[in-house]
Amino acid sequence: MSEGTALHRALGMTDDEFEAVCRILDRRPRDAELAMYSVMWSEHCSYKSSRTHLKRFPTEAPWVVVGPGENAGVIDLGDGWLAAFRIESHNHPSFVEPYQGAATGVGGILRDVFTMGARPIAVWDQIRFGSLDDPHNRYLFAGVVAGIGGYGNAVGVPTVGGEVAFEDCYAGNPLVNVMALGILRQEQLVLAESGDEETEAVLLGAATGRDGIGGASVLASASFDDESVAKRPSVQVGDPFEEKKLIEACLELYERGLVVGIQDLGAGGLSCATSEPAAKAGMGMEVDLQKVHVREPDMTPAELLMSESQERMMAFVAPRDVGRVLAVAAKWEIEASRIGTVRRGGTLRVFEAGELVAEVPAASLSEDAPMYHRPLRRPDWLDDLWADRPIADEADVARALLKMLDDPSLADPAWVYEQYDHMLFLNTLIGPGHDGTLLRIKGTSKALAGTTDGNGRRCYLDPRRGAARLVYEAALNVAVTGAQPMAVVDNLNFGNPEKPEVMWQFAETVEGISAACENLGIPVVGGNVSFYNETDGIDIHPTPIVGLIGMADPCPERPPRLDGAASGMELWLLGPDVSEDLAGSAYQKIVGETIAGRPSEPDPEMAARVTGLATRLAADEITPVLHDLSEGGLAVALAKVSIVSRVGVTVDRPGHVFAEDPHRLIAAVGAERSDRMVAMADEAGVPVRRIGGFGGDQIRLGPAAVSLEEASRVWRTALPRRMG
Amino acid sequence: MVVFPGTNCEHDAVYALASVGVETELVWHRATDLSEFAGVVLPGGFAHGDYLRTGAIARFSPIMSEVERLARAGAPVLGICNGFQVLCETGLLPGVLLQNAGLRFICRPVHVRVTSTDSILTRAARVGQVLEIPLNSYEGNYTSDQASFAGMENSGQVVLKYSDPNGEVTELANPNGSLGNAAGIANGEGNVAGLMPHPERAIEKVLGSSDGRVLLESFAMSLSGARV
Repeated sequence: MSEGTALHRALGMTDDEFEAVCRILDRRPRDAELAMYSVMWSEHCSYKSSRTHLKRFPTEAPWVVVGPGENAGVIDLGDGWLAAFRIESHNHPSFVEPYQGAATGVGGILRDVFTMGARPIAVWDQIRFGSLDDPHNRYLFAGVVAGIGGYGNAVGVPTVGGEVAFEDCYAGNPLVNVMALGILRQEQLVLAESGDEETEAVLLGAATGRDGIGGASVLASASFDDESVAKRPSVQVGDPFEEKKLIEACLELYERGLVVGIQDLGAGGLSCATSEPAAKAGMGMEVDLQKVHVREPDMTPAELLMSESQERMMAFVAPRDVGRVLAVAAKWEIEASRIGTVRRGGTLRVFEAGELVAEVPAASLSEDAPMYHRPLRRPDWLDDLWADRPIADEADVARALLKMLDDPSLADPAWVYEQYDHMLFLNTLIGPGHDGTLLRIKGTSKALAGTTDGNGRRCYLDPRRGAARLVYEAALNVAVTGAQPMAVVDNLNFGNPEKPEVMWQFAETVEGISAACENLGIPVVGGNVSFYNETDGIDIHPTPIVGLIGMADPCPERPPRLDGAASGMELWLLGPDVSEDLAGSAYQKIVGETIAGRPSEPDPEMAARVTGLATRLAADEITPVLHDLSEGGLAVALAKVSIVSRVGVTVDRPGHVFAEDPHRLIAAVGAERSDRMVAMADEAGVPVRRIGGFGGDQIRLGPAAVSLEEASRVWRTALPRRMG
Repeated sequence: MVVFPGTNCEHDAVYALASVGVETELVWHRATDLSEFAGVVLPGGFAHGDYLRTGAIARFSPIMSEVERLARAGAPVLGICNGFQVLCETGLLPGVLLQNAGLRFICRPVHVRVTSTDSILTRAARVGQVLEIPLNSYEGNYTSDQASFAGMENSGQVVLKYSDPNGEVTELANPNGSLGNAAGIANGEGNVAGLMPHPERAIEKVLGSSDGRVLLESFAMSLSGARV
């Protein structure tokens, strides 16, 4: 074996991929060139296993300004306002080093948003771990939460929502997905394009070091085993203070119109931030690595090109504006270096000390990346799982409910979100702990609603149905704030794509999300794929995370809240009759200690009706409480409302209180408004029936009763008790 | 309104002060002349990244000697959260702020009881009034030596204390371990004050509470004729 082939394998490239590089260059690549291709063609950067499936997503709507492929999706909110948002995973780094892994996940997704010209205004985090009975999982959970808070709080962007879940399949491979949202005026929109010949490339922000070398290709694009912890040096280290200054500096550059285009340096580092913008503009570039400001001496060209040092941006600046850009950087106390110039001809030339170290077609790094049509196969074990009918054991509903309220996935998440600043900017009308978050846009009549949702168990049992139901659930979570769902971003967390069963799960998931989005008329405007979430050969459940943004205009003055119930209010159930769907439910897992059955199919027609009705009820402020039924079914939903509203509730004939059938809501409503609510439901074609009322100090579900005090204590202490 | 690199609550504070009629201007930490201003606010955030220790670098920012001059001349100077930490670090207020007991960041509404009205922060309030205001900090655990603290209590310099919703100052109502439940402190003259909770986050009922207004109104009242 020659030295060249040894190097490409160490960098995670296959022999075929190495041959492809040789064909493109018509020679053997230099080390620095091989480094660039290895990063840019990694699974993480090139989406080589998923691209062929991702084409299925519906991506168009009249309000889409920028769809998938840029740093973030951008939608039009009217009156000159745009919203930019994106979701991304930092799963593997967070397992290796939970605090820094999660922190840099926040930093990276914020850069994706402010690269578009937007001021980041909110972050949602979706985190999943193994059981908290294991001290190592408690360490990971505490570290990830501290990392998200440590970075988000200091950088000055509130963390306004998210989800926490615990499942054994995440023990060796936690999931850390973060969605960020920003707003901007339409004239401030910037794209990642280099501009014409002679445009200068100015590298802004932190100095480049050896941290994070191979983060994307080494960590995020391969499976895990016992040696993974030795990869800790591949985890990037975050500096929220540097990022805060970088945000303010960039926003000033946009406001003054001083940049032609801009690209953040994330996975792929300088390789990506030079080649992609140049390729998009149909240009090439000359780069001088000696001009890069570095934090340590003697870095090789390959290291400089691959480094994933955080808090860096590449601005493309017309020659006449370079002085002004450097002055803005000096004011905000960040470093800036002119490192390159855009050239005609499409070739990227990289120099080090006058010596040519790389000369490649800029477009070949992104556009010629391999695309794999990996084999798909429906897993054989699904038949067994589906045949095994879930058993409903309702012998003691009260005891089951308390057990579920004590489950860390269903318990009060305050232990998590109280470690995050969720109030900064004074926009948070409805914050964490609710179905969806509602953020006003000051100076306008508008508010943005957002949510992120996942359900690995249901997607494991039926990825297509599970994924479609996630979109419907996310839409309902946004609708109950009074907002209209507008667009989706998704983070697709899967196992090893080289296994046909995993690729089948992936393809089914994409189909499920696509069909549901088409049905609701909402586009997918961006996303992220995370493969190789397996440890020692065991894959995680297929876990797509759906992030959904909607808008309320005008923003309701008193939108529904979970704590809006009061004694004397009526309790109503809206949505289809229950088929008693327990497959993959929280009840099945927590009380039955199994996962089996086939989840019921979503009803597209009913989903659209219920979502539309929820938006209207919330916008018209008919129901002080409007809450979608999800994990734990009617029982857990009612318990939460009861606990946070500090009032008991009685349901006369509840049916199966833990069933998780889709498209259902509960509403608390004053007697004087229930006629109006029923009329609106009739008009929308949504079944509605009164099932009980609020009052007293017990949660009564038919014959079962739990004292509100006990339910509250169990639910509120479940996380703190375990975490100390 | 002083802005250090890393400050992040300045826009919220500007917005909130405008709602009680105070005109503000953002001033970068390199400024050295504040003579045209009637008072100073040091807002929340992470000045200079809070590196080394909260406020430890900020006290050396060029603007701070001018803030000290104004404070000694009697102008109202208010520090919120990180601003409070900076004022303690510069010695304009007594005591220091340690990491929270429990070593976790805390972001949630808390109750505070007004215990003295002899300050620019509390003069519009009444003693015994209970306010619901969000806390948002990791280093919010106020401490000083016992003797000085007793002296401060006697002279009315401990102006806000963490309490339960009924105004009882109990250990259970102390979110971060602060000495004597101290949430807000003033200097001997009452013109320099700092607090850990964020009054600018409690100015509208739609955001949960408007109890912070009375504190900002106190500051607004103190500004009239205070140009130095």
